[in-house]
Amino acid sequence: MPTVSIGRDRLFAALRRSYTQEEFEDLCFSFGIELDDVTTEKAIISKEKHLEEEKPSADDEIIYKIEVPANRYDLLCLEGLAQALRIFNGQAKIPRYTVAKISKELMHKMHVKKETSLIRPFVVCAVLRGITFDETSYNSFIDLQDKLHQNICRKRTLVAIGTHDLDTLQGPFTYEALPPPKINFVPLKQVKNFRADELMEFYKSDSKLKKFLEIIEHSSVFPVIYDSNRTVLSLPPIINGAHSAITLKTKNVFIECTATDITKAKIVLNTMVTTFATYCERKFEVEPVEVISFDGSSSVYPDLSEYNMEVPLSYITGSIGVPLEVDEVTNLLKRMQLNAEKAGSGHNISVSVPPTRSDILHPCDVMEDVAIAYGYNNIPKRKLSSLKPLPLNQLSDLIRSEIAMSGFTEVLTWILCSKKENFEMLNRKDDKSTAVIIGNPRSSDFEVVRTSLMPGMLKTVGHNKDHPKPIKIYEVGDVVLLDEKKDVGASNHRLLSALYCGANSGFELIHSLVDRIMEVMGTPFVPVGDKSGYYIELSDEPEFLLGRQAKIVYKGRRIGNFGIVHPEVLNNFDIPDPCSFLELDIEYFLQS
Amino acid sequence: MAEDAILGYLATHAEIPDSEQFATQHSLHHNEVVNVIKSLHGFRYIDAHDIKRETWVLTDEGKKYAADGSPEVQLFLALPPQGSISKDELQKKLDPSVFKIGCSQAGKNKWVEMGKQVSRKVQHVEDKVKDLLIRVQSGQAIGKDDINSLKARKLIVAQTWKGYSVRKGPNYAPKRKKVATDLTRENLQRGDWKELEFKEYNFNAKGPPAESGHLHPLLKVKQQLKNIFLQLGFEEMPTNNFVESSFWNFDALFQPQQHPARDSHDTFFLEAPSTTRELPEDYVELVKHVHESGGYGSRGYMYDWKREEANKNLLRTHTTAVSTRMLYALAKQPFSPKRYFSIDRVFRNESVDRTHLAEFHQIEGLVCDRGLTLGDLIGVLNDFFSRLGMSKLRFKPAYNPYTEPSMEIFSYHEGLKKWVEIGNSGMFRPEMLLPMGFPEDVRVIAWGLSLERPTMILYGIDNIRDLFGHKVDLSLIKRNPICRLGIN
Repeated sequence: MPTVSIGRDRLFAALRRSYTQEEFEDLCFSFGIELDDVTTEKAIISKEKHLEEEKPSADDEIIYKIEVPANRYDLLCLEGLAQALRIFNGQAKIPRYTVAKISKELMHKMHVKKETSLIRPFVVCAVLRGITFDETSYNSFIDLQDKLHQNICRKRTLVAIGTHDLDTLQGPFTYEALPPPKINFVPLKQVKNFRADELMEFYKSDSKLKKFLEIIEHSSVFPVIYDSNRTVLSLPPIINGAHSAITLKTKNVFIECTATDITKAKIVLNTMVTTFATYCERKFEVEPVEVISFDGSSSVYPDLSEYNMEVPLSYITGSIGVPLEVDEVTNLLKRMQLNAEKAGSGHNISVSVPPTRSDILHPCDVMEDVAIAYGYNNIPKRKLSSLKPLPLNQLSDLIRSEIAMSGFTEVLTWILCSKKENFEMLNRKDDKSTAVIIGNPRSSDFEVVRTSLMPGMLKTVGHNKDHPKPIKIYEVGDVVLLDEKKDVGASNHRLLSALYCGANSGFELIHSLVDRIMEVMGTPFVPVGDKSGYYIELSDEPEFLLGRQAKIVYKGRRIGNFGIVHPEVLNNFDIPDPCSFLELDIEYFLQS
Repeated sequence: MAEDAILGYLATHAEIPDSEQFATQHSLHHNEVVNVIKSLHGFRYIDAHDIKRETWVLTDEGKKYAADGSPEVQLFLALPPQGSISKDELQKKLDPSVFKIGCSQAGKNKWVEMGKQVSRKVQHVEDKVKDLLIRVQSGQAIGKDDINSLKARKLIVAQTWKGYSVRKGPNYAPKRKKVATDLTRENLQRGDWKELEFKEYNFNAKGPPAESGHLHPLLKVKQQLKNIFLQLGFEEMPTNNFVESSFWNFDALFQPQQHPARDSHDTFFLEAPSTTRELPEDYVELVKHVHESGGYGSRGYMYDWKREEANKNLLRTHTTAVSTRMLYALAKQPFSPKRYFSIDRVFRNESVDRTHLAEFHQIEGLVCDRGLTLGDLIGVLNDFFSRLGMSKLRFKPAYNPYTEPSMEIFSYHEGLKKWVEIGNSGMFRPEMLLPMGFPEDVRVIAWGLSLERPTMILYGIDNIRDLFGHKVDLSLIKRNPICRLGIN
């Protein structure tokens, strides 16, 4: 995206009001440009020279660096940008650009020689008559050429602009292509005469110009523009002649654009003349130049005619998704510098695209301008169909993979078990406050809905005595607890359990797993009592060995326990090897 | 032995005031006593307190004099009681260092007359230095001045002695129980687990680092994004083709051939294979025409479109190249609406810095249907980004050669307290869709963003090279939490 540097105070003067930075940023945002940086001339220079940045003093001019869309050449300088924003704000009307009506005899003429087709075949020209420059507008005029050269002109390969003081020249002009030794002139900023081939050699050490040399240096002929006295206007795309250089005092400007792409040459010429015709005696009027080709055909430039487009109202409203009337649409378009009116029966809108808006190619570009003026952020959203997964199950799945990656094997055990397994065999007492009891069990295996994953895990180990040790298993599953807050009096809880069984208890390994689970949940380890993370404290649960167990406190709440399984419990499940066991409620991880 | 002695002593005594004295009294080595004290203290059978003393020990030189007498006395005794001997003769009788030190000390003490001839000045001397050294050696105290003079002659040095005073601890017992660090299979088999006493756990420290495998954070985020797309009803596009032709990467998207993105400064072009072998010729003709002179209601770009440019191969600069192929294939079928997504690698000829890499991942989603509006685009973006935890969005007009309208997506960042750009979106231009053969009322809304940027924000990483590539910090990969995008 090109960036334009503009003095803030001059910009605000042109907008006829001042803005806070935030207000101006909002204006930019809704129009589709961006305030990229706020700086001063001094800061830019010291940055270029890699100097220490000086503190800006109050009288330094504040410079706004503004990013503009790459296809909006009309916004590349203060004049064009301010005009666009004034019109967007409803402060100004869209100017009508005209070509001065003068007879062909009085028109300046540019004759194009055949040889130019070997190197740079196109030229378009125009005259700005009775212009008044001041220092700011003069600098802006130079800067705009620079910006255009950088952007649409693709570093002068496609188009090169030459501007001249017309009063120093004598038409008619010729655009020729000659062998370099035959071209001789004093180039801009020099005092001595150079032959074109010598000049190319000379510029090889010029940091600004050397990058353009390759555009023509291997050609047998160089493009060159002469007046009728054989004064060289320019050696495009390298340099202008010193003779016709423009100054602050220049009144009549002759503009020539030579090119390899005629469409872009016309756009560049139009951008130059429409932007600066505002400083002409006859505001917005441009004097034409006739370009006569070697084959006798002739064209008159600039072409400032408006391009007319008929756009169905339904296309605009149907694409934006907002019902708008014709008048609303035409008013919105006028804020975007597009003159528009109801066409015929009113189903269509007739749009006149001014010569400044070369970016408008298709009705979709018009539609976008309506949407911008309406405000993207005022368009009501429409939701497409979509699904929402259950967070608890998504989280369970993610945690399951993490534990498997820590080397544990997943088991899937039954929800139902015997009362004994759920209580006595775990050294627990049934105080009747936790478990859902089955009324009609077919066997003692299905007396109760588990309140812990522990019995299923221990039964799995007890039945895998022959499996090589250590055994590392885990399960993520639901238990059911009595719950008076529920209509049915019971609710599910998603628990995670893990078990290690080997020659040693593996307590430390299970401790590490707790740390890892907390790490993958992004929870920091904190000192006891701190509610911003998790900590571990000695606990006293009957299923674990005394002093070899701990509770896990997550954000101030106890969410589970781990420890060495009590040898009596191991014995109850017929397990000959020591085990460590972890169980925690993962639903706490979903609460914020 | 020392353990029994200490625990036994404390059964009847309140304190062992000095571990060294205790060792001497019980004929034990002090070192052994110290080790036992440390161990018992660890299990809190006893409370031990440090005591320190400074003592003096003889240097090698001091030890020699304690045995043989001081050099000055040795020199004195070498002199004849009466008369004198020559200095040279005296020197021969003595060790050189004894001679040297003896001369100076005996002279200082005014015991001898020094000259070419040496003779006694007094008849009788006492070897006070030797006596003092012997007393130091046996642990007796000597006066401060004497210490200073011996120290000055480097005959003694200071040594810090460490010992303990000991009292009963909270876990005191006359005999230590079996102490275990873990419950073992043997404990269960022998049934001795009931008598085991365990060393207390320190729960103020984390457990040892877990042995585990870890997924890459970028791919974890990718997986979650993929889930989100699937929930929104999007089908994944095959993006396993990095090499693309300029035609599919640019031209088919109505991106003009002079566009700066097609510069070698931005795009990797290929030396081999340098050009594409084939393109769908009838479609190429339509694309060429729409670039050069428009059609479908467009003015076109009005320039000479060159086939050579379109043929140039490159590494795709965006996954939209794949979207274009997919849409082209879709347009060949009787129309049915589609939602497509992809998350895969793209390449840019950029210099690498904190925020840019020459390759990164692009996330792309598109919806193709009749009668889609900007309202649909804003709606789908809100749905998509709110699942990423970004529910406060606003949209800025922007320019992109193949979308019109184009919208940059901004999200309000609560941490930074400002709006940050998070992606780009728009409606594909008719000049792109109509040459493919879509009916006129079919519109395509699409959006794209990088995978790296949201991942960096999510995991608090500010240098892209820490996240992706060979310069990553492996511990960063291990440390990062699971990606909970889409779970809320």
